[in-house]
Amino acid sequence: MCGIVGLFLKDRRLDSSLGSLLSDMLVTMSDRGPDSAGIAVYGKPTLGQIKVTVQSPQAEQDLRSLAGDLEKAGLKSSVEIKNTHAVIDTTADLAMVRVFLASRYPQVRIMSAGESIEIYKEIGLPKSVVDRFGIRQVSGTHGIGHTRMATESAVTTLGAHPFSTGLDQCLVHNGSLSNHNNLRRELVGEGIAFETENDTEVAAAYLTAEMAKGKNLREALAGALDDLDGFFTFVVGTKSGFGVLRDPIACKPAIMAETDSYVAFGSEYRVLVGLPDIERARVWEPEPATVYFWDHAAAA
Amino acid sequence: MPTFDLSISSLRELNTALHQVEEGNNDIHFDILNPRGHHAVAVGIAAHLTVDIKGSVGYYCAGMNDGADIVIHGSAGPGVAENIMSGTVVVEGDASQYAGATGHGGLLVIRGNASSRCGISMKGLDIVVQGNIGHMSAFMAQAGNLVVLGNAGDALGDSIYEAHLFVRGQVKSLGSDCIEKEMRPEHHDIVANLLRRAGISGVDTAEFRRYGSARKLYNFHVDNADAY
Repeated sequence: MCGIVGLFLKDRRLDSSLGSLLSDMLVTMSDRGPDSAGIAVYGKPTLGQIKVTVQSPQAEQDLRSLAGDLEKAGLKSSVEIKNTHAVIDTTADLAMVRVFLASRYPQVRIMSAGESIEIYKEIGLPKSVVDRFGIRQVSGTHGIGHTRMATESAVTTLGAHPFSTGLDQCLVHNGSLSNHNNLRRELVGEGIAFETENDTEVAAAYLTAEMAKGKNLREALAGALDDLDGFFTFVVGTKSGFGVLRDPIACKPAIMAETDSYVAFGSEYRVLVGLPDIERARVWEPEPATVYFWDHAAAA
Repeated sequence: MPTFDLSISSLRELNTALHQVEEGNNDIHFDILNPRGHHAVAVGIAAHLTVDIKGSVGYYCAGMNDGADIVIHGSAGPGVAENIMSGTVVVEGDASQYAGATGHGGLLVIRGNASSRCGISMKGLDIVVQGNIGHMSAFMAQAGNLVVLGNAGDALGDSIYEAHLFVRGQVKSLGSDCIEKEMRPEHHDIVANLLRRAGISGVDTAEFRRYGSARKLYNFHVDNADAY
């Protein structure tokens, strides 16, 4: 099944509420996906710094020495441990940080990298996921959450959504792709590495690969309608933006609400009922095979 | 006049009360407050009640209705009035996917727009939509009447059996084995009657076009025996 929630704030005064609004929305979707949950939040970037969110099953032990080791390797960083995850804030070159992690901390998985994005995902109920990572206290400009009911691959931390295959990019998915194995083979041939058997990871990698070839997100999503087989409602996050796409048959639900202060997405209407001023929001269902996109940069 | 506030009472308490009304006790009106997108509100009613739902509901509202008159003062999620047996359901706002799915009887009125798959597999209910309907509506519709004052999306009436489809606006495309058919006096009567029952006036039945089965898909023809 799976449940998706998304919130793109237009009014900067709501930024400090992003985490708590998204948390309530996500917990409402627990019935749709009790296996695992994940959330991507886009916070204020710091000039010259990259954030890498990592995960390790025993984060407290594994990551205690991380900040010191990074410093010794000449990669100046601060590390904030949040339960099984940690956020590495660094002024060092990202490629070097990746090499360092792969060689010195191979058991640690990279959840996301970028100037704004942090991704937290774990197995367990949405309520436990938002609690253990302190999501309610997080502030930011936009965010996406997902509750998983695994269908195509196993219930694991890495199998949870959102998937991030590019800087500040992430994707969540309700549905199931049928040509993901074939597409994965093609993308591997183009040099892309995969970490899971998950169909959604393939969709995320596909979009990243298309954008790396020069397409913008809107064009990449439009291409997905031709190249992806299966059913999907996608919500995509980028550094300054938020996109929605449903396949042409559009069996998987999707509902949106817009006011002057925000654009919100939910798999079900009850996700939206707690949002400010929802009685006066424009509420609609996105049309099938149509790319919807909102961008802070464009609005500025 | 029982009132249930779903921000205080549970859904189970509500539906239990709705199911416990004795047969012959037709005098009961229920008010339901704060539905806030709950699923399965007022499902399985089997008595001649009247129900006013003050707000928008989630999935399957008024599902399996058998005899009640239910009004949703808001919009409805997927599957509103699914499997309705008799009675009426009115949605003042919009309805999401598969409104009236597999309904056997009764009347469903949607004052706003309905989404995709409206009337899918309908088995005898009547549906009147004042706005538009989405793609793949009336898919495999077996019996009953669908009257649409607005437009219809792609693949209308795909694999349709004997339901009657009447659309006043544009039909984006017709589904497999669905064709336009002649509007005869009996069809004008059907549309007029349904518009009246839905409380709609000032609309000329001459503005509607009828669509239905070409009857080539669901009837076996011996020439096609090799295809099986």
